Amino acid sequence: MSDALKQTVQEAFNEPGCATNRAKPAEARKKGCARPLTPGAAAGGCAFDGAMITLQPIVDVAHLVHAPLACGGNSWDNRGSASSGPMLYKTGFTTDLTELDIVMGKGEKKLYAAIREIVQNHAPPAIFVYATCVTAMIGDDIAAVCKAATEAFGTPAIPVDVPGYAGSKNLGCKLAGEMMYRHVIGTVEPERTTECDINIIGDYNLNGELWQIKPLLDRLGIRILGSLSADARYRQVAMMHRARVTMLVCSHALIGLARKMEETWGIPFFEGSFYGISDTSQALRTMCRMLVERGAPADLIDRCEALIAEEEAGARAALAPYRPRVEGRRVLLYTGGHKSWSVVSALQELGIEVVGTSVRKATEADKARVVQIMGDETHMYENMAPKDMYATLKAAKADILMSGARSQFVALKARTPWIDVNQEKHEPYAGYMGMVDLVRAIDRSVNNPVWEEVRRPAPWEAARPATGLRLAATSQDPAPGPVNDPKDFEDC
Amino acid sequence: MARLTRPRRALSTNPLKSSAPLGAAMAYLGIEGAVPLFHGAQGCTAFAMVHMVRHFKEAIPLQTTAMNEVSTILGGAEQIEEAIANIRKRAHPRFIGIASTALTETRGEDVPGELREILARRRDFGDLKVVYASTPDFEGALEDGWAAAVTAIVDALVPEADPAARPEPTQRQVNVLPSANVTPAEIEEIDHLIRAFGLTPIFLPDLSTALDGHLAEDWSGRSLGGTRLDAIPAMARSAATFAIGESMQGAARLLGARGGMPVQVFPALTGLRAVDGFVQALMALAGTADAPEAIRRDRARLQDAMLDAHFQIGGLRYAIAADPDLAYALSSALAGLGAEAVAVITSSGANPIVELIPAEEAVLGDLGDLEAGARKGCARLLISHAHGRHAAQALGLPLVRAGFPINDRLGAQDICRVGYRGTRAFLFEIANAVLSHPHDAARPEDFGAAPIEPEFEHDRPQTAPH
Ligand code: SF4
Repeated sequence: MSDALKQTVQEAFNEPGCATNRAKPAEARKKGCARPLTPGAAAGGCAFDGAMITLQPIVDVAHLVHAPLACGGNSWDNRGSASSGPMLYKTGFTTDLTELDIVMGKGEKKLYAAIREIVQNHAPPAIFVYATCVTAMIGDDIAAVCKAATEAFGTPAIPVDVPGYAGSKNLGCKLAGEMMYRHVIGTVEPERTTECDINIIGDYNLNGELWQIKPLLDRLGIRILGSLSADARYRQVAMMHRARVTMLVCSHALIGLARKMEETWGIPFFEGSFYGISDTSQALRTMCRMLVERGAPADLIDRCEALIAEEEAGARAALAPYRPRVEGRRVLLYTGGHKSWSVVSALQELGIEVVGTSVRKATEADKARVVQIMGDETHMYENMAPKDMYATLKAAKADILMSGARSQFVALKARTPWIDVNQEKHEPYAGYMGMVDLVRAIDRSVNNPVWEEVRRPAPWEAARPATGLRLAATSQDPAPGPVNDPKDFEDC
Repeated sequence: MARLTRPRRALSTNPLKSSAPLGAAMAYLGIEGAVPLFHGAQGCTAFAMVHMVRHFKEAIPLQTTAMNEVSTILGGAEQIEEAIANIRKRAHPRFIGIASTALTETRGEDVPGELREILARRRDFGDLKVVYASTPDFEGALEDGWAAAVTAIVDALVPEADPAARPEPTQRQVNVLPSANVTPAEIEEIDHLIRAFGLTPIFLPDLSTALDGHLAEDWSGRSLGGTRLDAIPAMARSAATFAIGESMQGAARLLGARGGMPVQVFPALTGLRAVDGFVQALMALAGTADAPEAIRRDRARLQDAMLDAHFQIGGLRYAIAADPDLAYALSSALAGLGAEAVAVITSSGANPIVELIPAEEAVLGDLGDLEAGARKGCARLLISHAHGRHAAQALGLPLVRAGFPINDRLGAQDICRVGYRGTRAFLFEIANAVLSHPHDAARPEDFGAAPIEPEFEHDRPQTAPH
């Protein structure tokens, strides 16, 4: 690791905005929250992956991966963040370095030429250049190449110097925010500003979740000025310094960025979530209060309350018909862990029993909330090995697993309904109506006749007692292999 | 469970149905050395032939008695005799299957009687089996004509077994009567299942050797394969008769009675439950409590496929138009994964299986009803034969082709949706049709969100990658 990078990483971990971090003694704090990766047992994404996750939803930017094929080639176009317009972000650009390029030291030249080709062919507002392990190791100075290219072609080329080996996906998310702070934010001035301009950080508009929220903001006259990076345009990132308030959505990784923006431009931030009815209301309330504190008209608060009352009533009415269909079902919740309690309380409102929840990335305060809601610490899991999860599901201690895609097959192989609540999911579940969609998805899943079908004994088993859940003799518990490694955080 | 409704109206818009004589001709083509013969006017035959040529991409030896105005009025016996004589000379068939048409049925001839008389008189026809089925176009659809033809074949060619003089039944031999919607590839799959249990099937008819699409060594004006003629009387000695499809119930009962053997009707072989039932019957017949490893594995793979596909199929609203047996087979398999048939259109009221289709109602209608029902029910996928493509286009929905005709795609004979393996392929087919449809991608407008401010947009044009 170059010294500059080491320095950046060190700083990223020294995060006063992070409650977990503050609670640690000084020595431990320096080590940061990155646990050392265990050879043979780690399968999470790398820092480069994390940087990509954070920045790729900037939809009009060309994202150029400076690497041999694997880094970009194996990862492009695999996430569900949606765009309302430009589609350039879905194009996979890579310098595709060959052995010869590497041996002959032609990496920088090739990168420069690649940037030129992108400018000529696609004319994007900016090009983000991602470093990766190999290019970092051979010492390609992407910052210098970007600088030269920016001057030569007149289109900003932004170095995202976050090679994979720097650390985990989570670290990559942090560093991506840092890169934006250094190179992009504050470089464009908006033509106009309003008293109700906000930034949203940490939302990726997966399958359009941002758009489930946006109408609420539209109605309150709140404008999303800056975004990192849901459905964002490059100019929106560049103008973030002019917003009045920043909302940090379910993300600890980007808290450093939010804090730095507060320090530099005096933009206060709050953490909130759009999952669940009460959380959505809470987020809107906080947002309006803070905007008013910064000079927005005071009636914003009343209008916000009226909107909340109307929307909550609407959502509750829409949920009512599902109640009898999902009531009494037992859910095992296994998510990235942020604000688990918000989903837990939302599900409980519908008479769904939450038999356990992960608190992998939750703060102490979040954990306390879980205890408060669920009444017992025994239902909280830090990590749950796939084998244990499988056993829990098999023993029918839960009828639904709600998790990220990695645990999907644990549930399916245990013939248990599974609902995707992380990044790869195909339906947006944000806001009031998103909650209705989520419950509809739960209903559709648990009440699907397929479960009864796949649990039916085979004709050659029919003579033996039909236990329903019993597996054919040949199948075994899935090995706790890399794909199912629960230590891999599923989002940033 | 579907209630059958018959819309009262004069007009059929984009018909779903193919005619009964065509079904009969198709069944006859599954007999070795056959030439099907329409008793009717030339045009009916030409249309039916072109229809089948386009579906199977094969030359179809379909002949006609070429009734004209005079012969229609005077009676067609002479035309039939002449047609048989000519076909014999030209194509040297071993089997001629006659199907009546609307024209001759409207006139009302006693064809069976006249045929008996002809065959008795014409000794030179002795090397030939001739079968006649009454299949007026105005009654029933493709599957009804097919069933009528198979019933006629059984009636004419399978002798009544004398219970006293009856030899020991061949215990490992089983008769299988597939309905019209069973494709050549599906017959192969059923054959594979049956043989896996050490049993030997006789299919009647057998399109898997006739219309499977193979390049023959020689030009022949007859069917290219099919059930061997000497195997047909031998069916009386089988251990059991299986009908695949409710429409084959009648033919199967007749065959069962001829041979004094048990009969079992399998309304469908698509879907885990349906195939399990079939396998259970095979196990009982074979006297085993076990199944070969390959079959166990196929079942486990189907279960896995069901789990993978239920994300797309669960809650999927779709509309289907097909002959009753096919509509039942596909819709019951999809219902097993939680799909919802918002419109079911079917072609024939003769088949009681319609009542078991998992939908509120089944309309005896046309593709116009398919389009209207799909629109009204907010369907996201259509299933029908190739002509459903117009409805699919009008609605902007994916179409999964099933039934007859499929004239705008190749390989209709290779479609296999039965057995554990075929069901797996079918579920993937449906799930992929859903996945491949861009319909799904959310737009800000879907949620009522205002568009993004123009100020944020980059002012220079970009090339869109898609
Ligand atoms: S770990 Fe390094 S080489 Fe591997 S994908 Fe990440 S950046 Fe690329």
